Amino acid sequence: MKLSLGPIPYFWDRDRVSDFYARVVGAPVDIVYLGETVCSKRRALRLPDWLDIAERLSAAGKEAVLSTLTLIEAESEAAYMRTVAENGRFSVEANDMAAVNMLEGVTPFVVGPHVNVYNRHTLELMARAGARRWVMPMELDRETLAALQAQRPAGMETEVFVFGRLPLSFSARCFTARAHNLPKDECGFRCADYPDGMPLRTREGQSFLSLNGIQVQSGETYNLVHEIGELRALGVDVLRLSPQAQGMFEIVDAFRGVADGHRESSAAAAMLEPYQAFGPCDGYWYGAPGMNQVSGD
Amino acid sequence: MPALKAAVDNGADAVYLGFRDGTNARNFPGLNFDLDEAHRAVNYAHKRGARVFLAINTYPRPSQWQKWCRAVDQAATLGIDALILADPGLMDYTARTYPDLRLHLSVQGSATSHEAIDFYVRHFGVRRVVLPRVLSLTQVQNVMKRVKAEVEVFGFGSLCVMVEGRCTLSSYVTGESPNSSGVCSPAKAVKWEESSAGRRSRLNGVLIDVYAPDEPAGYPTLCKGRFEVGGNVYYAMEEPTSLNVLDILPDLYRAGVAAIKVEGRQRSPAYVAQVTRTLRAAIDACTAAPETFTPEVRWVEQLDNVAEGRCHTLGAYSRPWQ
Repeated sequence: MKLSLGPIPYFWDRDRVSDFYARVVGAPVDIVYLGETVCSKRRALRLPDWLDIAERLSAAGKEAVLSTLTLIEAESEAAYMRTVAENGRFSVEANDMAAVNMLEGVTPFVVGPHVNVYNRHTLELMARAGARRWVMPMELDRETLAALQAQRPAGMETEVFVFGRLPLSFSARCFTARAHNLPKDECGFRCADYPDGMPLRTREGQSFLSLNGIQVQSGETYNLVHEIGELRALGVDVLRLSPQAQGMFEIVDAFRGVADGHRESSAAAAMLEPYQAFGPCDGYWYGAPGMNQVSGD
Repeated sequence: MPALKAAVDNGADAVYLGFRDGTNARNFPGLNFDLDEAHRAVNYAHKRGARVFLAINTYPRPSQWQKWCRAVDQAATLGIDALILADPGLMDYTARTYPDLRLHLSVQGSATSHEAIDFYVRHFGVRRVVLPRVLSLTQVQNVMKRVKAEVEVFGFGSLCVMVEGRCTLSSYVTGESPNSSGVCSPAKAVKWEESSAGRRSRLNGVLIDVYAPDEPAGYPTLCKGRFEVGGNVYYAMEEPTSLNVLDILPDLYRAGVAAIKVEGRQRSPAYVAQVTRTLRAAIDACTAAPETFTPEVRWVEQLDNVAEGRCHTLGAYSRPWQ
């Protein structure tokens, strides 16, 4: 099974991003998704910077994919998306139907987790439009995946999000700016102060969610390390790990060992434990509330 | 049915309805129509000159596919004026099987740009698109200049702060989301706890809000609770408030918006009658004289009286809100 690194969901500064991908060059991942997918105001890196990183990863034998913004509101965002779609060198992950529309018939592409593929008929539609890989939406369960895998279009690869805080929603509003009583237009890029998002707790102190700009993530970390055998049996091609500031390369090593059959999932789970600030969850995989932890630890 | 009649009788140009199951995004107990009732509803509306749109706007999983297709098949026999869909696969099925059936893209389709809308127009001949509640007025106007479909926008009702069709907060907490089950923060997951210190609302055990003894309590929609972030307790995502576009009706009219969508399917007939009557009056006044239109004070009061949180906002239409 291949391992992928999803796009960095947080606003890291230029140096942090450069250092991160300098390490990724030597890390045992096969596919790396690059680019800003959350907020178009975050421009620490421009397209030429991302293309430069993509070239370096490509030279190291990795597949580099450019990911697009999830929520398009302004014309300028659609225009930028088009330059990404037409870069002519690297394949593109579509996180919105606007990107699918731009990529259709132009170049093979990846259907990201924020395009709602819930059944075979939508997946076939994506295949006809030129998709060669799809990332299962996070709220779907194993039974849905099994049914989709049984009838997936020829040549279509399947990728499953297996580790990271879950991206649960997107808004016109910036929740990080709101937390600082700032208007979005004058946000001061406060999200840069939270390289793993801002924890949101209930009034009983229970960890619940995480605020990341216009995105709301889960507080708990989705972790399917115990389910890798099942994912393999279902013919899943790629396991996606979502970048976080803490322990990303230890996380990659833990999953690499299990994916290659060199490590028991229980040993990997122990390695992952320090990097799940508020513990693990796996409910979505079992058709339960996403925040639940179903598999035994 | 009483709510539908209230809407038609008070001047709605069109009414939405859904079947009584998970095929539509208002899958709440006591709502919606079986096939027989749907027939009667269509007759009632058509006799009075109102159009009927039927929503099948959740995303079917493989095990549900046949049932959703049957819902489309039944809808096609009803003589409805349009079918409102979200799932691209189901749209593909419908466009191939019933090429003459008019299709609208549901807000759950999550199309926020002319490029996304173009996909649905090219593939399925979608005639109208309901825009998610995340665009500013300028952005709505820009989309409208470039799309080959009619545009419908939300005008009044509870404010959804997240982009529709891509929010899974509800399934994260309860296992059921608008996309998968047609519900957000479902009632069966709600629990109220009373104590001398006040009232607590929980959703599947998660504390959504705490109310002082004399404080009015609202339905615990999970994005409208009070939570702690950075040491402060506040409405971290959104206050309980309603969206109301009266202030920008002339702008929407001039931009060529085809319809104003009013939340009515989870509401009482009295609410529906009041809101429909008020908006009918406002839209008629605006259409007659858009240049001089200003919302009458009594309209605003009438709507605030029935609004969530008893107050209103322009939501994302207004930049400062964002």
